[in-house]
Amino acid sequence: MIAGSRLAASRRVSGIAGVVLTGFCSALAAGLLIVILGYVVVQGWSAINPAFVTQLPHPVGVSGGGVANGIVGTLIIVALATLMAVPVGVLTGLYLAIYGRGLPAECVRFLAEVLSGVPSIAIGLFAYTILVQPFRHFSGLSAAFAFAVLMLPLMIRTSEEAIRGVPTAIREGALALGLPDYGGVIHVVLPAARPLIVTGLLLAIARVTGETAPLLFTAFGSQFWEVNPGNPMAALAMQIFTYAISPYDDWHRQAWGGALLLILAVLVLNIGARWALRGRTKRS
Amino acid sequence: MQTTVVAAENSVPVEDEADVALCARSISAWYGTKLAIRDVSLDFRRHSISALMGPSGCGKTTFLRCLNRIHESALGASTTGEVLLDGTNIYDPGVNPVVTRRRIGMVFQRPNPFPTMSIFENVVSGPRYTGLSRNPRELKDLAEEALRQAALFDEVKDKLDDPALSLSGGQQQRLCIARALAVQPEVLLMDEPTSALDPLSTLKIEELMEQLATNYTVVIVTHNLQQAARVSNFAAFMLGDADRVGSVIEYAPTQQIFTHPNDRRTEDYITGRFG
Amino acid sequence: MSTELDSPRTLTAARGRAAQRGLTTRQAVSDRAFRVALLGATLLFVALIAGLFVELVHGSWESIVTFGAGFLWSSEWNPVTNHFGALPFIYGTVVSSAIAIVIAGVVGISAAVFLAEFAPAVVARPVSFFIELLAAVPSVVFGLWGLFVLAPILSQTVEPFLQRYLGFLPLFSGPIYGVGLFTAGLLLALMIVPTVAAIARDLIQAVPNELREASIALGATRWETATRVVLPSARAGIVGACVLALGRALGETIAATMVIGNRPAISASLFAPGYTLSSVIANEFTEATSSIYLSALLELGLILFVVSVVVNGGARVLMWSMLRSLGRRP
Repeated sequence: MIAGSRLAASRRVSGIAGVVLTGFCSALAAGLLIVILGYVVVQGWSAINPAFVTQLPHPVGVSGGGVANGIVGTLIIVALATLMAVPVGVLTGLYLAIYGRGLPAECVRFLAEVLSGVPSIAIGLFAYTILVQPFRHFSGLSAAFAFAVLMLPLMIRTSEEAIRGVPTAIREGALALGLPDYGGVIHVVLPAARPLIVTGLLLAIARVTGETAPLLFTAFGSQFWEVNPGNPMAALAMQIFTYAISPYDDWHRQAWGGALLLILAVLVLNIGARWALRGRTKRS
Repeated sequence: MQTTVVAAENSVPVEDEADVALCARSISAWYGTKLAIRDVSLDFRRHSISALMGPSGCGKTTFLRCLNRIHESALGASTTGEVLLDGTNIYDPGVNPVVTRRRIGMVFQRPNPFPTMSIFENVVSGPRYTGLSRNPRELKDLAEEALRQAALFDEVKDKLDDPALSLSGGQQQRLCIARALAVQPEVLLMDEPTSALDPLSTLKIEELMEQLATNYTVVIVTHNLQQAARVSNFAAFMLGDADRVGSVIEYAPTQQIFTHPNDRRTEDYITGRFG
Repeated sequence: MSTELDSPRTLTAARGRAAQRGLTTRQAVSDRAFRVALLGATLLFVALIAGLFVELVHGSWESIVTFGAGFLWSSEWNPVTNHFGALPFIYGTVVSSAIAIVIAGVVGISAAVFLAEFAPAVVARPVSFFIELLAAVPSVVFGLWGLFVLAPILSQTVEPFLQRYLGFLPLFSGPIYGVGLFTAGLLLALMIVPTVAAIARDLIQAVPNELREASIALGATRWETATRVVLPSARAGIVGACVLALGRALGETIAATMVIGNRPAISASLFAPGYTLSSVIANEFTEATSSIYLSALLELGLILFVVSVVVNGGARVLMWSMLRSLGRRP
């Protein structure tokens, strides 16, 4: 009896210790977000002013200036990447959802999974070899291409899941009316799958908006207003990187300011994506 | 083998061949390698209501889904046999199943309005996307008539642009009937159309079916004997064997099948001696 | 609104067309175009991945031919003499990622166990949400924070502390710079913790409840159930999650570049600066003047690509095998 209760006590202590320890690890991981967010807000806030978001960067040594061209460049590059990634991603997702049985489709799925783990810098190199090297100059377009490749795995997976998630009854409803395959898909299945596809798209956009590595040798960066994607372009994430590793205090301040803008954009996209999803699950 | 003979004998309670709108010949259907129904042959008389009844798992829904070739759209599902629509076999290699489904409409067990569309858009989705009509005026008229035929128009005429999902279950089912009618089918297949509905909605739909029979050939699957007795002109009794392979036991005018069934098994089922 | 119940005029009018309808040419063409578009997009996607591999091989061919397999174990990286070897970068990548996965593995799996097995929903939901958002923080922001916050803290407190007590080990000896392998490894760990935690949590939740109930019924505590029954059944998948996270650490570029010190040297000390495969590409690619230099950098990219494919493929196989063994569709 006594031995038994002693054993129980030690087991209870180890249980409590385990819960406390694992709980501490959870708090650590979640708290890290707050710490980083806190630093970015505190440090970045002082850099944010109208000039910062409307002006071009000033030359080295001249304080002030802004990252307006980087914001515009990021918007253009991400928009172009979305234009490229959405059709390919959604159509491939459709293919997998509709015809995706058997080995070839499994291979495509596996490739998408694998591509999602390929370092962005390798994809940047790919964009460089096929869109920069042959034309002998850097361009926003090549950066958009690299981003599009980065977006594809997520687009494909979420599109497939979204389309599979449309109830069979709805699909058969379209079939029974005598709608051709494409008619049923375009008018009935895709609209029903849209909220989930949009969620995936927002997450994909969030992912590439903060990407920096592939930009270094595709968009390359620019000190000027550049809205022609055929030319080298500035991008916000790249400006943060350049400013951060520079030796100037004023640039460090601007790097924090840029980081604040970037992290806000990415968090808004992420929360928006989840919010869109929540509205949907509540309804069904 | 014996089943085949019986089914063939019972397959034509319709005297005049020209009165047959839809005619199934030796339909067998599989899910993968599992045989679901064997050798089902039934004729359906024009502008009448034929009921398929039987315990669950007897293959009545599977058979119904073979009549508009929707069975084969499921993964691994296949069919053999013939279905003659006005003398043409819809399983002929040259016949496009998509086109066939425009002539043979279907209403499902659960209401399945297209979730992203309004009431109006649901009704006209068939004509609009099958290319039957794209003219806005004509679509509007089509929608009104289809909704009237489905006895829904008066309830929804002021909110045609509301989401289809805002309707009650019974209204949704009548919306689905209107949607099917708007494509102008010759035959209307109904797969337990009231099983998900309350008694009042069920009554409405049953009344509606009788009206529809003046213009359409209706085939309805039901496990509800009273419903079959109330609405149908002809009734087929299907039963699964020990391997759960379904076949037709008896097919006759409804009156006869409920009063003087030929087969012992039909009688057992009707008198409630089955589980 | 006249009542026309008995004579549906438009329906009758349409019936004439309905009787002789078939697929219009337009529909037949659209249907075909639709199938072609689906297949075309899928093939394009496959072609893109094939192109990615082919282009990297093609670009690195000059370097592959010139240096052969020795590229992998030569430690010289000299753009002046055009002699290139990848060893310092492989070393830096492996060491920083190893530090990262050890730390992130422990913290991430612990967090996953807590969230899946112990935390009430009111705690688990916001904490999971924060951890998932942490995964969305751009790596350049991690790098910025690592450079200006984490590195100073490490160089002023943690690293001197480690050196005082463990300095007899070569790993913790030598001058402290702040930036270096240790800082990079720790920063990478923070970046991949969400990956480990989120995936491991999902996998733990996928373990059927019957197993837990059986264990509780035998008199085990919840902690014992979690560690001796649930975790072992999810082991293959959790290893997969860690491998996946490792893949992210191996390829992570910008954050590592900002805090690793960028010196192509192999030193025993974790406090010394190092270099990773991806950060040398990031730093030197646009400055590469000779074609062999460029080619050598592309070969580093090829190594990264091949490693990531192997690591990710392996991780997927591990996770699928776990879900299969539990009878769940991946």
